[in-house]
Amino acid sequence: MVKQLSWKVGGQQGEGIDSAGETLSTALNRKGYYLYGYRHFSSRIKGGHSNTKIRISTSPVRSISDELDILVAFDQETIDLNAHELIADGVILADAKFNPTVPEGVTAHLLAVPFTKIAEEVGMAQMKNMVAVGASIALLGLSVDAFKEVIEERFARKGQKVVDKNMEAITKGHEYVQEQIGNTITKFRLDPSDGKKRLYMIGNDAIALGAVAAGARLMAAYPITPSSEIMEYLIKKLPELGGTVVQTEDEIAAMTMVIGANYGGVRALTASAGPGLSLMTEAIGLAGMTETPAVIVNTQRGGPSTGLPTKQEQSDVLAMLYSTHGEIPKIVLAPSTVEECFYDTIQAFNLAEQYQCPVIILSDLALSLGKQTVNPLDYDRIEIKRGKLVDWNEELPPLENSQLFPRYEFTEDGISRRVLPGKKDGLHHVTGVEHDETGRPSENPLNRKRMMDKRLSKLSNGIDFDTPVFLDAQHDEADLLIVGFNSTRGTITEAKERLEAEGLKVNHAHIRQILPFPTEIMQQQIQKAKKVLVVENNATGQLTNLIKMHVGFAEKLVHYGKYDGNPFLPSEIYKQCKELLVHGHI
Amino acid sequence: MATFKDFRNKVKPNWCPGCGDFSVLAAMQRAFANLGLEPHDVAVVSGIGCSGRISGYVNAYGLHGVHGRALPIAQGLKLANRDLTVVAAGGDGDGFAIGMGHTVHSIRRNVDITYIVMDNQVYGLTKGQTSPRSEMGFKTKSTPSGSIESAIHPMEMALTVGAGFVAQSVSSDLKQLTHVIEEGIKHKGFSLINVYSPCVTYNKVNTYDWFKENLVNLDNDENYDASNRSMAMQKLMEHHGLVTGIIYQNKERKSYEEMIKGFKEEPLAKQDLMLDREHFDKLVAEFA
Repeated sequence: MVKQLSWKVGGQQGEGIDSAGETLSTALNRKGYYLYGYRHFSSRIKGGHSNTKIRISTSPVRSISDELDILVAFDQETIDLNAHELIADGVILADAKFNPTVPEGVTAHLLAVPFTKIAEEVGMAQMKNMVAVGASIALLGLSVDAFKEVIEERFARKGQKVVDKNMEAITKGHEYVQEQIGNTITKFRLDPSDGKKRLYMIGNDAIALGAVAAGARLMAAYPITPSSEIMEYLIKKLPELGGTVVQTEDEIAAMTMVIGANYGGVRALTASAGPGLSLMTEAIGLAGMTETPAVIVNTQRGGPSTGLPTKQEQSDVLAMLYSTHGEIPKIVLAPSTVEECFYDTIQAFNLAEQYQCPVIILSDLALSLGKQTVNPLDYDRIEIKRGKLVDWNEELPPLENSQLFPRYEFTEDGISRRVLPGKKDGLHHVTGVEHDETGRPSENPLNRKRMMDKRLSKLSNGIDFDTPVFLDAQHDEADLLIVGFNSTRGTITEAKERLEAEGLKVNHAHIRQILPFPTEIMQQQIQKAKKVLVVENNATGQLTNLIKMHVGFAEKLVHYGKYDGNPFLPSEIYKQCKELLVHGHI
Repeated sequence: MATFKDFRNKVKPNWCPGCGDFSVLAAMQRAFANLGLEPHDVAVVSGIGCSGRISGYVNAYGLHGVHGRALPIAQGLKLANRDLTVVAAGGDGDGFAIGMGHTVHSIRRNVDITYIVMDNQVYGLTKGQTSPRSEMGFKTKSTPSGSIESAIHPMEMALTVGAGFVAQSVSSDLKQLTHVIEEGIKHKGFSLINVYSPCVTYNKVNTYDWFKENLVNLDNDENYDASNRSMAMQKLMEHHGLVTGIIYQNKERKSYEEMIKGFKEEPLAKQDLMLDREHFDKLVAEFA
């Protein structure tokens, strides 16, 4: 019996790999297991090796694992590419159809199962993926009953016959493996789960749901990997709330439409990845200059240019901070779990209105697309804060003699009252040109300086965001501080646990509010540690340099980058930490 | 009720004396008043360039954005608050060069806004370079030997991509200009109005006199049928695009807002943001 294991299914893209992974994991999630999935896919629709790796555990997991216990292969390429990850006595479940062989040096046990043949006997070769699911659960020591509900939901719209056939395929796969192994391979049988109800989502689902909960009713976006799920979710859900999604001609239109919509008073968002964000840059400056709220999601992927569109990277940090010409107030949040994707998105919409500025939600591919078990989301934590927005019902003093409403009035906190177009006695002008308190263009040097100071001062006293830095830092004097952001949260936690098990004192700081930078918190944490390792999926150490710029400690900070397209493994971080602690450098 | 004077403000336009844009401003103000609108019912969204300053000269709500992007901003605004009368305005560089993609797609999308292009066939604010509306051979600072690129024909282009309202006018004809703007605003869907608005400083070819000699007014043609798309195309080609009046109108086509499933009459901007618990629970249950 095991408390956790890793399972991977691989084959040609379009062979039902995703569906196999989805079926297995949804059923296990409903049984109360914790899951973490990561898809390895290519920028094409059919063909090319693709795989899904799923970690199954009786306790929370937020990272892929180093090792692999069970590999399900639909072709020899899957075995050749992935078998090296298997533990010494792991198992390969492979379709007997292609006469699978085990590469030299791999000691895992090969079980050839006639996936295709069984599926054909049941009625359709395509169902070989369900046969493979059945075969897998036999190894996990689970019954097929847990799959009935999921199969019914997945195939209900195709009719009862299809539901029954798929169920039969799962059952036959299960029976076949059960007969083959009898009581010989029992080590992958899972310990019972706690049976509790939890959710199973990707970060993009949580961002999209967060937007709905925040009251966003309009999205303008252009499809791009790995962000499209957000628009795809919202186009299904916004119409029932009276809203909509506009698929624009490009990301410039998306961003400017979002500005127009927010100016009009609806909470609107756009979502994209690096190339789209590059196109939006000028317009983000307009939002800053005109003090118009806007929420922009950037799901980072491999750059530069088209880069690695379906692979993990965290190389947009500095671009999100500094890409716009001129100087504007801007907030950049970086959620690090799926739950945070939900709650931070709600906060992002509030912050955008409270501080009347653009808010970027920075995510990364592994967080946006990694499907994982999520604790129930709390309705009572949904709070709407609209800042200094003039209510539709409020009566304003009459404007006479073409007088204008002081939309950009100088105030103590730099934030002025915002009135929406359509409101009587609220007339004012809005322009990207430097302007006075009513929005009229002005080149007056005194006004220019005051307006710049006003806009920038809005964020200078900290912002109303709950957790700028996630801290797992119990030690007042730590041997090591590990710093990260976005999806590396769970991976770092796991590396930290291994180091602590060896008696090392390790703190972990995960930065969730990148702009305004949480200087004080980071300063304290860095001071408490003898060494600091900054873990980030990029080559140049963007976060490392940002910390150096804001906090200092240039000597102490060591950058550990990975930019081959894959997320960090816990063992990689563990190894680099050891290296740093023992040798003083990596 | 507001008069056209209520749409005036005290800002002195920074346009050159004689600029065609003065008439466009006046026609717009008259059209708003004639339609019984109040200043707070109207928003003018403009681009960058001499003409882009127009939003600052109208006493109404307005947003002066980034170059070439007046249209997506205006569409976002209209979708946020469909009670507003939203007019986008800018120059030929804004609409047919940097913003051409948005022009074409705004026509396709058909959000109920009115787009007024002040077409002077030259770049003014950057002091005299060629525009996508400059005729071949037109000499400017950026085309000292004359333009070697052909000009865009916006009216034909609009018809080709399916526009529901296509009109053209000229700054010297305030009456017609006011009328086409009124009709454009009344039209349910996207309306494109191209206005020959002479640049007295940098375009010495396409002058008021030149237009007087060359323009054909469709209002004077009894047999012209603006609901006939092929007749519209034929007329444009016959006169090299130099016609004025309502060139084409399709009253049958539904606006984008009317086509959106579930889109409410009440503006989005006035709806309650808070999701009720039941709805939230239903959404969350889909991820179980």
